[in-house]
Amino acid sequence: MSSPRDVVITGIGLVSSLGEGPDAHWQKLAQPGLQPVLEAARFAPYTVHPLPEIDWNLQIAKRGDQRQMETWQRLGTYAAGLALDDAGIKGNDELCATMDMVVAAGGGERDEAVDAAILAASESRNDRDVLLNEKLTTELRPTLFLAQLSNLLAGNISIVHKVTGSSRTFMGEEGAGVAAVETAAARIRSGQSTHILVGGAFQTEHSDMLLGYELAGYLHRGPWKPVWQRQGAEGGGVVTGSGGAFLVLEQREHATDRGRKIYAELGPVVSGRARRPRGELDAEIAALLKQAALPNGKLLALSGASGAHAATSAEKAALDANPAIAARGFSTLTGHMKEAQFPFAVALAALAVDRKAAYPVFDTAAETPFEGVPAAVLATAIGYHQFEGMALVNAA
Amino acid sequence: MANLNDHMGRPIVAVTGIGVVTSLGVGKADNWAALTSGKSGIHPITRFPIDQLNTRISGMVDFLPSSSKGASPLTYELAELAGLEAVTEAGLDSSDFGGPLFLASPPVELDWAERFSLYNSDKDKDDTAAERLLRVARSLKELDIFETTQFGSIADRLADRLGTRGLPITLSTACASGATAIQLGVEAIRRGECDRALSIGADGSATAEALIRFSLLSALSTHNDIPEKASKPFSRDRDGFVLAEGSGALVLESLETALARGATILGVLGGCGEKADDFHRTRSKPDASPAIAAVRAALADAGLSEDEIDYVNAHGTSTPENDKMEHLALSTVFGERIGSMPVSSNKSMIGHTLSAAGAVEAAFSLMTMRESVIPPTINYDNPDPAIVLDVVPNKKRNAEVRTVLSNSFGFGGQNTCLVMAREPV
Repeated sequence: MSSPRDVVITGIGLVSSLGEGPDAHWQKLAQPGLQPVLEAARFAPYTVHPLPEIDWNLQIAKRGDQRQMETWQRLGTYAAGLALDDAGIKGNDELCATMDMVVAAGGGERDEAVDAAILAASESRNDRDVLLNEKLTTELRPTLFLAQLSNLLAGNISIVHKVTGSSRTFMGEEGAGVAAVETAAARIRSGQSTHILVGGAFQTEHSDMLLGYELAGYLHRGPWKPVWQRQGAEGGGVVTGSGGAFLVLEQREHATDRGRKIYAELGPVVSGRARRPRGELDAEIAALLKQAALPNGKLLALSGASGAHAATSAEKAALDANPAIAARGFSTLTGHMKEAQFPFAVALAALAVDRKAAYPVFDTAAETPFEGVPAAVLATAIGYHQFEGMALVNAA
Repeated sequence: MANLNDHMGRPIVAVTGIGVVTSLGVGKADNWAALTSGKSGIHPITRFPIDQLNTRISGMVDFLPSSSKGASPLTYELAELAGLEAVTEAGLDSSDFGGPLFLASPPVELDWAERFSLYNSDKDKDDTAAERLLRVARSLKELDIFETTQFGSIADRLADRLGTRGLPITLSTACASGATAIQLGVEAIRRGECDRALSIGADGSATAEALIRFSLLSALSTHNDIPEKASKPFSRDRDGFVLAEGSGALVLESLETALARGATILGVLGGCGEKADDFHRTRSKPDASPAIAAVRAALADAGLSEDEIDYVNAHGTSTPENDKMEHLALSTVFGERIGSMPVSSNKSMIGHTLSAAGAVEAAFSLMTMRESVIPPTINYDNPDPAIVLDVVPNKKRNAEVRTVLSNSFGFGGQNTCLVMAREPV
């Protein structure tokens, strides 16, 4: 039964190594045996899924605005613009001015050259704090700070796309993406908002972004493998990718009143914080699957599994334990996109519901085919280190 | 029987616990005594060398065990201290809070001390700095350094320590973050998702690099000679904010639940309003329209008219731009009355606690109402003639305060305002 306060998805903006936009992603991902786009040399021994070529001008008209950002913020602002375009909101001053926004963000790029120069100088100096002052006061670009600030992705979206109803930035890896979608949906269901832009971006092609994983040894090394097949391989199992995913979530009545196409309805969004050192992850995943109110019968699941050994094997075991679930580990084809991972999963789920077709297996060895029309699709993000979330995406 | 729902039929949100840490001290008692005696917590920087720095003063919290251990450990300790004070005052189990956590905290990065130590621990190989850091990183055996770089880790630890429920939300709306954390708690209770929530704003990120970054944007005061006089909101010679650290925490609870368990009601979170600004990354729209909209949204959310606000706890950063814009916003909303309405800035004494500011200042706003004392705006020796406000200059004032508007504005077009009341209406 649909209700006027249902949360529906009316806009999708996607960027990954596979391309940009929902159509391009659908066309690629619907091809059986699609090979991932990989960059194995630049960050060896790590492989990443790099950004495709992007004409930033298409979504960020002013060069001045582009110059104020580094790639991470450009990527997010670009993906947000795609979603707004897709929902017919971009350029509509009234809808933008009343639109709320929740962005899941990490931090932006540091100046690698400045950092490297400071580190090199530190080899021969013991007064490192003084060295820092000397170098940072003279070599940092003043505006770089703004390109690094977490909430300035949202700030740039306000400036470039005029989304100004409200602006909130959630931080905390995959959990930030989960909480952003969950909070946005709750606000719409309760009548606190009518339309919300929600999503995130991750730009992995910077050594600090890899370091954020590798300080705990989370990255996969050596030859690339599909996400489900990295247990026992060298490294920690995560292969990252650059990308962004934004969704326009809308109250059903608001969307139908303005005659918009609805991709899908966003059903329950559930989240959790297993105390993993105490061994709670298996039980937490099981509890979330229960709370997600899964329908009877075969179910397609878009898994955001990162490849991180412990979290990915726990998720795989939980999904395999339910023979009705046919999982698709999309990180095999996009890489892990951290804060953007969950919004990306929800977007791919909505696309399958909208196109009335399942994705073929992304990994012939580990995934099973899904025949028929997926009326509901599960999206998951079990954090590589902490925090878990799921959503059920239903036919419009 | 008190009315348990507000003017829109939503559960009234009460405050039953308050915690605060600033450069003035740990806890409400010390902070309030200092704040009402017009004492400044701004002092010379000693945490790191000041060679080459234009700004050599701050409101850093230098007296905690983590004060010299880096931004993440200090931010955690600040959050924990304020959270414990608030939960304890609320009479709840401080290891089993039983509601969600909303944490406003600064973005995290690998500290320079760790960067230096990782880099210099392996000098043999002929590789780039980035390659070397990655190679050393993957052989680390402990998670301590890793966790300082994860944006969700402080909240994760707090959730363990305080026994909050569910996925904790860590957020940043720059200098409005503390207010946003409170807003998220209020909204969750109003939606009926929980009976109580813990909202904390904490910021221990005053590193040399942070100071230099703000300095390069010309945002900081350089009045180094008499540190306690540097932060002078609404004064003609104000020249920037003073970087500071601190934390504030509120236990928010539906009035119904709070009364049912016999909790002391410390105040009411009546309304929250926000509006994003699309003008510029660091500057506000010249007509102040987003700030005006945020104030009006908070009033509307609280169901109060302009005439029903007794006092404004200003954002009042002491930057030339903010104070001018804030005055324009307030005088637009409150009209002629603004000239006779008390408007003071806690930042004149504690500096700008950034991600914590909205929560710290909400805590002080609630205490202002309970104690019937308005903390002053100190260092108001040279009024800006273009800003005609009753800033409660230099000395505290005894006054009945039933309602407070607390403003928070930040980089990235963030504007969040809170309306608080002493009693449920």
